[in-house]
Parts: sequence; C-alpha cells; structure tokens
Amino acid sequence: MDDKASEEMSFYEDSSRYRGMLAWLMSTDHKRIGLMYLGALLSFFTVGVALGVLIRLSLIAPGAILNAQQYNEVFTVHGIIQIFLFIIPGIPVSFGNFLLPIMIGARDVAFPRLNRFTLWLYLVGAAVVLLALFIKGAPPDTGWTFYAPYSIKTKANVSLAVLGVFILGFSSIFTGLNFVTTIHRMRAPGMKWFRLPLFIWTLYATGWVQILATPVLAITLVFIVLGRVFGVGFFDPSRGGDPILYEHLFWIYSHPAVYIMVLPAMGIISEIMPTFSKRKIFGYKAVVFSALAIATVGYFVWGHHMFTSGMSDTARIVFSFITFLVAVPSGVKVFNWIATLYKGSIQIDSPLLFALSFIFLFSVGGLTGLIIGSLAPNLHVHGTYFIVAHFHYVMFGGVGFSFLAGLHYWYPKMFGKMFSEKAAKIGWFFFFIGFNVLYFSMFILGYNGMPRRYFDPPPQYHSGEMVSTVGSWLLAIGLIIIFCNLIRALFKGPKASANPWGGRTLEWTIPSPPPYENFIEMPVITEGPYGFGKK
Amino acid sequence: MALGRNSNQQATVPSTEQGRIDYAGKKIGMWLFLFTELLFFGGMFLLYAVYRSRYPAEFHWAAQQENLLLGSINTMILLSSSLTMAVAVSAIGKAHRRLSCLMQMVTMLSACCFLIIKYFEWGAKISKGIYPNSPVLLAHEKGDILFFSLYFVMTGIHGLHVLIGIIVMAIMLFFTRRGVIAPDNFAKLENTGLYWHFVDIVWIYLFPLFYLIT
Repeated sequence: MDDKASEEMSFYEDSSRYRGMLAWLMSTDHKRIGLMYLGALLSFFTVGVALGVLIRLSLIAPGAILNAQQYNEVFTVHGIIQIFLFIIPGIPVSFGNFLLPIMIGARDVAFPRLNRFTLWLYLVGAAVVLLALFIKGAPPDTGWTFYAPYSIKTKANVSLAVLGVFILGFSSIFTGLNFVTTIHRMRAPGMKWFRLPLFIWTLYATGWVQILATPVLAITLVFIVLGRVFGVGFFDPSRGGDPILYEHLFWIYSHPAVYIMVLPAMGIISEIMPTFSKRKIFGYKAVVFSALAIATVGYFVWGHHMFTSGMSDTARIVFSFITFLVAVPSGVKVFNWIATLYKGSIQIDSPLLFALSFIFLFSVGGLTGLIIGSLAPNLHVHGTYFIVAHFHYVMFGGVGFSFLAGLHYWYPKMFGKMFSEKAAKIGWFFFFIGFNVLYFSMFILGYNGMPRRYFDPPPQYHSGEMVSTVGSWLLAIGLIIIFCNLIRALFKGPKASANPWGGRTLEWTIPSPPPYENFIEMPVITEGPYGFGKK
Repeated sequence: MALGRNSNQQATVPSTEQGRIDYAGKKIGMWLFLFTELLFFGGMFLLYAVYRSRYPAEFHWAAQQENLLLGSINTMILLSSSLTMAVAVSAIGKAHRRLSCLMQMVTMLSACCFLIIKYFEWGAKISKGIYPNSPVLLAHEKGDILFFSLYFVMTGIHGLHVLIGIIVMAIMLFFTRRGVIAPDNFAKLENTGLYWHFVDIVWIYLFPLFYLIT
C-alpha cells in the first residue's frame, strides 16, 4: 500500500451525524450497506443450516426429536430461510453492493437512498417472516413453495410469512433496478461494456431477471393473501379456480429465481479463475453472452417443475427441449473456466479451492438436471430425494460454495484483514467431503425411490439416511471451522495489503479497506479486465 | 487492468449526494420500475385470460351486469387527467409554474373523482351482495364467481395505484410550490407523469375487459 493511500480514511472511520448502530443503518454508503446485508445473510444462513442438520437428525430417528407436524414446520422454515432470506438476495446484495461501484469505477450506486431503502425492506421482510414463526398459531407448514390450495386452507401463519416474502420481493426488485441503472450510467471514463469485469456482467443479467420475474411472484403471493383473508378463490377448485395455475405463476418467478441465485455465483467464479491462474479469462465474450443467454432462456423453462402436475404432452416436450437449451450456455461457461486454467500459473489458495469445488458440484447438479429435465426419467424420480439432491448440488454446492469463494476472495478487501489460509483449507476439506457424503447419498436414495418430505423413511432406506446424516455432521464441522477462522481474523488477523491475490480488476487498485468514496482519483480505463502478463 | 489518471479533473472528491443530477439515470430507473408494474399487473391479466377462455358464457353474462355509464365516465375522467398531467410537465419545462400547479391540482381532482365514482360502483355491487366470499355470489356459477372476484381484485389494485398517485402528486405539488421542482430540475415531476400515464394505460385495458366485451 502506498503512503498516499494509507493516509486516506477508510469507510469504517467515516463520521456522520448519527452514532453507533444508526451510523450504519442510516448510511447510504454502498460498502456499509453491503456489509450489513452480509452480516444478516450469514446469520440467516447459520440458522438455516442448523435447521437442516435438525431435519437430518430427525430422519435417522423419526419421532425422537421432532414429531411429524414439527418436522413439516422445520423443513418449511429451512426452505423459506435459505431461499428467500439467504440465497436469492445473497450475492448481489452483499458482494454486489460492496463491489459493483468499485469495479466499474464509481463512487456509489445510481440511487444510494433507494439502496438504503432496500436494506430496510429486507430487514422488515425478514422480521415479518420470523414473526410468522413465533407468534400465536403454528409456523407455516406448506413447504417453501406455498402450493395452493393447501396454503389457502391451512391454519398455520401462512399469511404473515407470505407478506414477509412479498416485502423481500420488493427489496429484490429495487436492488435489481438500482444495479441495472448503475451499470448503464455510472461507469468510469473508458469503461466500455466489453471492458466490464465478468462479475458485473452477471449482476447486470441478474438485475434484469429480478426486475422482470419478481413482480410475478409478488402478485401470486397477493392472491394467496386475498384467498385467505377475503375468500377470493383464484386457486380454489370449489370456486372455479385452478391450483395448477398457481404452480405456473409460482414457477414463472421461481425458475428465473434460480438464475438470480446462480448467475452472480458464476460471476464470482469468473473473477477468481483468472486471478489464481494469472491468465486472461478464456473467451471473455463467450462468458458474457452465455450469461445473457442463461438469463433469457431461463424464463421459458418453468414448466419442467410441473411435468407430473398435469400439462399437455406438447407443452411438456417444449419445456423439456428448452430445458436442454439452458444447459448449453452453462456448459460454455464451465469449459471457459477450465480453459482459463490451461498453462496458467496456478496458485492454489482457498478462494480457488472453493471455486474449483463450485465447478465440480455445479457440473454434477447441472448434469443431473438434464436427467430430470427429460420426460421419462422425470416421471420416475419426480418428488424423490433425487430432486432434493439435484437442487442442493446446484444451490448449495453451486451458489453456497461460490458465496464462500467470494467471501474468502474479497475478505481482505472488505475487512482489511487476512485470515489463516491453512485453517480455511482444512475447513474447506471437511465442508467439501461432508457435502458430497450428505447429498450424493440422496441421489442414490432418490433413484431407489425414497420420496422427499417423508417424516418416517421406510426401513430399506435407513442405512442410506444414516450415511447422509453423518455427511451433514461433517459439513457442519467444516462450516464451523470456516466461520471461526474468518471471525478470528477480524480481531487477530494481520493487516491485508491492497492486493493480496494479485488481482487485476479495479477493486485491487485501492487500499484495503477502501476509502470512503472508493477512489481518490477517478480511474480512466484503457483496456479490458484481467490484463495479466503485462504490467 | 491498466489505469490512466485524469488528474486535471476531479482533484477534489465530490460527495455522492451533491454530485450532478443524472437526468437520464433517473428516467431509466423509472422505466425499469414501470416494467415491474407491468409484470405485476401481467399476472392478473394472465388469470383473466385463462378464466375467460375457460368460462366464456359466464364471463359474457357477468360483464353485462357492469354499469357501462359509470365505467365510461371514469374512462373519460382518467384519460383527460393524463392530458392535464402532460400539460403540467410541459408547463414547468417552460417555466410556467402557476399553470403547472393548476394542472397538477386538476389531475389530482380528477383522480379523486375517479375513486369516488368507483366507490359508488363497488357500493352498488356490495349492496346487491356481490363481493368475494359472499353467500349470494357463491350461489352463482363458477365463472361468475371468478369474474366478479377478478373485477374486485383488478380494479381494487388499480384503485390502490390511483390512490398512491394522488399522494405522490400532492407531494409533487408541494415541491413545485416550494421551487424544488424547477424548470431545470423536474425529473421527479416527469417520473410522476410517467407513473400516472401507466395507471391510465392499465385502466384502458381494464375498461374493455370488464365493461365492453359482453
């Protein structure tokens, strides 16, 4: 770090007219907002993981820990927390907020006050969802999908949980809107579209999906609340409504939502691969266009969640075909990441380990996605553990690992401290092994016919369930090591330099942690990102 | 990434909040927001389309029960309020502040008239026992139940947007009077105008779907 930069105050030291917590909550600084989101996300993630471990425990000894109703509530709440509170907002609101303006050479996002408002909405939405768990009456027991007509009939606190998700949806919409506008309007001089770092491109594609898909979820959730409060029977067959239509509307959002989660995760991988192999990304434009293609085609595949729900054969064949199309750009990305490593000067640090695990696990998740995307096998494995294993490979193995990869990669930049590389690798090892033991055994269980969401597994699946549960313990140990290491580094870690990994994007040109308005002098960009090999 | 430095400009760090106003950026943001609104209503139009094709006879009968006169008056009111809104935006651009304020007030009054007429329309239906979950309505055909449920939900959510419009316009009127919205800085008012035209366009589709296609 040069002398001039170290004189600049970091954004942690900025003093406003507010003190303490309020100085953070009232801040419009994108870095503070990003860190607050990060803290909230990781807290919810921890709770979600704990509930997941509880589900696994209950499955090896049904009735000993949870009764059947509690089991339904726990897996519902596990889903709601992990999906709506952690993984959908996930990477954009935390790393996106912190890094988007820095990586495009701006001082902040286009609408800083709107950005602060999204944080408040997120916190309020989360509070409402949590309220649904604790106030009088039962926590939601519908599964995270809130399928009608059960969600309209059940006595549990579905209205409140749905309202919370509705508020979270608006937080997500405004974040997307803000990011798209920021990328259009706030790029530094010379930062042309094809000079944008790839993480920014994926945030851009994600922003559009958030804008164009989330409102459909919002209106669908409004229908549920209207059904419960005013007896509007849009999804109630006794009043002429059609429950299948709920599934359509829900998946019109929730399938693109998969890309809201996974696209930024791919963006993080596209940042890490060049930095740790000291090579320019292979096929920059192919990676960009594949991200845009995934975002576009991802809109038209929602029907593959409903192959067994009742659809015409024509519709099923079309949806199945388009599902296969999405695999093409995803494959392009995987090949480009691997090709980036070729003849690179590879430096195996913890961010790269997480990134490589992402590529492996995401490929397993993606390829099994093709099995369930084709009609005949889908009929066999639909509603079994095979599906559960598939989406955990994509969501947790994909997005979760990418989140941790990003956390380790940008940790020195965000907090100005270095963590212990050795502990991070040990944690990664347990996490990776535990993950595969936990979920790969579910592929086998599911293929053999074990249905998902069952409280009491038939005896022939007991040994498989046991293996899977042991995997969940390994995974939990890994996560504990990872987070203890990071928390310890906050207090005792050595000071991080401005560019510990040798990255070439803009965030590595400024001090760690960044100064209040990011750049002392505004950068002018003269070439694309990842210009390794020349100084 | 290779960096040049433009040290001649921006030697001092300008504060984010005091930076120059990005007029185009604000409008991009508003248009994106309107896209989300479009999809929000899109979910309702989708339901309407599906159920209309499933129950054509019942929808045909039920639409005849609507009050075409009140619906038409409301359409005229809302369409002309879009005109007055457009005049208000042009007027402030040409520094006619008083005209702009007057036109904003006329727009707000029209919006209030719209809601009042809507109140009487809803009131007439509810007094006949036609509202979601009412025993009278549940005795009807399934298609009728859906038609009137869609009617209440769609015009209700549209009415909510009108109400929000009135509140936003009141704030804009206050800003215009105080000179915060000025000939060189009226993106807020223009965005309010965009929103208002959007509310208008939604009604232009609601009106034929519920009143005219009988």
